[in-house]
Amino acid sequence: MSAAAAGAKVVTLMPQPAPVEAHATLRGVTRVFQLPKSTLHALGPIDLDLAKGEFFSVVGPSGCGKSTLLDILAGLSPPQSGTAHFEGKPVAGVPDGVGVVFQEDASFPWLNVRDNVAFGLRRAGVDPAEITRRVDYAVGFMGLKDFATSFPAQLSGGMRQRVCIARTLVLQPRLILLDEPFGALDQQTRLLMGDELLRLWRETSATVLLITHALDEAAMLSDRVGVMSTRPGTFIDFVETGWERDRDSRVVSTPHFGDITARLWEKLRVEAMKIMSSGKV
Amino acid sequence: MSEKWLRITIVTAMIALVELLCQTGVIPRMVMIAPSQMVVELAHILVSGQFSADIATTFTNIAISTVLSILLGFVAGLIIYSLPSLRDALEPLLASYYAVPTFVFYPVFITLFGVGSASIIAIAVLLAVVSMVTATLNGLDRIPRVLRKTGQIYRMSRVKTALLIELPATLPYLFTGVKLSVAYAFIGVIASEFILSGAGIGYAIAYAYNLFENGHMYALILLVLVTVTIVNTFLNMIDRRLQARRQR
Repeated sequence: MSAAAAGAKVVTLMPQPAPVEAHATLRGVTRVFQLPKSTLHALGPIDLDLAKGEFFSVVGPSGCGKSTLLDILAGLSPPQSGTAHFEGKPVAGVPDGVGVVFQEDASFPWLNVRDNVAFGLRRAGVDPAEITRRVDYAVGFMGLKDFATSFPAQLSGGMRQRVCIARTLVLQPRLILLDEPFGALDQQTRLLMGDELLRLWRETSATVLLITHALDEAAMLSDRVGVMSTRPGTFIDFVETGWERDRDSRVVSTPHFGDITARLWEKLRVEAMKIMSSGKV
Repeated sequence: MSEKWLRITIVTAMIALVELLCQTGVIPRMVMIAPSQMVVELAHILVSGQFSADIATTFTNIAISTVLSILLGFVAGLIIYSLPSLRDALEPLLASYYAVPTFVFYPVFITLFGVGSASIIAIAVLLAVVSMVTATLNGLDRIPRVLRKTGQIYRMSRVKTALLIELPATLPYLFTGVKLSVAYAFIGVIASEFILSGAGIGYAIAYAYNLFENGHMYALILLVLVTVTIVNTFLNMIDRRLQARRQR
């Protein structure tokens, strides 16, 4: 029995129809890196529409340009060609309302948890009373209350990543971009952090784009998963998961979860094998 | 804790041994006075103010040398860091810098600045500055890329990123440079005073030595040791705090 037949409930959308209300869009986006002796076509052309409030994940083989895609949406690096839009405006620099969480620990080691979380608000010149209110909320929401005056060096990797998420949360972003945020964490912590992320997503109604290499993470968390090809990365499949909005990590024990993961792996396996046989891994 | 007590015990035992050897005459008075006597002599010269001018001169020169080394080293570090080809050219020179005995240049400095504080400060700065340059480069190299990216996410200007992210991120490494600069400034100034000066603690020690004034000589040596110990304890305390926050 093929994976597609097994996952009868999985709807594959190819080509992708434009969502009713596109929150962020990429059109014909490509990225080419100039190397000393050659050029590296890293990404694209990519077309993507993120619906408002959608939880969208990107999976793909390593080096396929997943992070580059996120950088372009975040305004951290411009595309060579094509356009990126957020809330109808072209992305030039980091747009207002976009929050980013990176894989690497980005907490500031010289600031305690509270000051880390408040950092962005202080830069934005938010009123001190409002900063206190929002920081209290974010610190509580991410379960950091007892560590508010601790320094990052005193916290575990998972707790530090919570600090980084809280730091993004206080800015009340409408689009949250996450670049393999749990990549450095162990499996159990990752599942629990996934639950936190879902809770955060429901609470804020933000649109989420998650870059991950973990198929189970993508299958468990997302409304929709985009599968990317090897370099130059393009979307080769979009998979709708059909989960309820009110879901958590327990979905991993359902047969449907297995169907989605199988569906993702079926596509990704071919791409991963291409890399293996090219000797790049 | 036991390491600390063992260390204290070893140092105390050695001082006690020297004290005993001096008191019993095994070490003659003309060679060394007893440690307890050194303390008495030190108290005496501090109270009498006999060497106050020399002490002030030395510590002023050390302070000036330290500040100059830190500032020059930091600025030079920034410049070298921002010019990668210059850095590639200089790196081997910086790495082998401390193989050169800086004191061989003392005739050059006498010719340039004459005998006195200017020459002494020049030698001390020459000795100390490269440790600060190296520390600055090391610190800048170690700023995680993700912290700079975070600055971009907060839409911070280049200057704000430098002051609020890059500077605090490099601070533990810069402080290593500060510590070394202080140590080298002490060495540079006091050693230069033996050969390049008519004033200062180094000069006073050499002078007392020539006149067989063991009391003064050992009192001044003790003063240097005590000062260096206090300064280093203080710097290490700050260093430990900074290092504790340097994570990962």
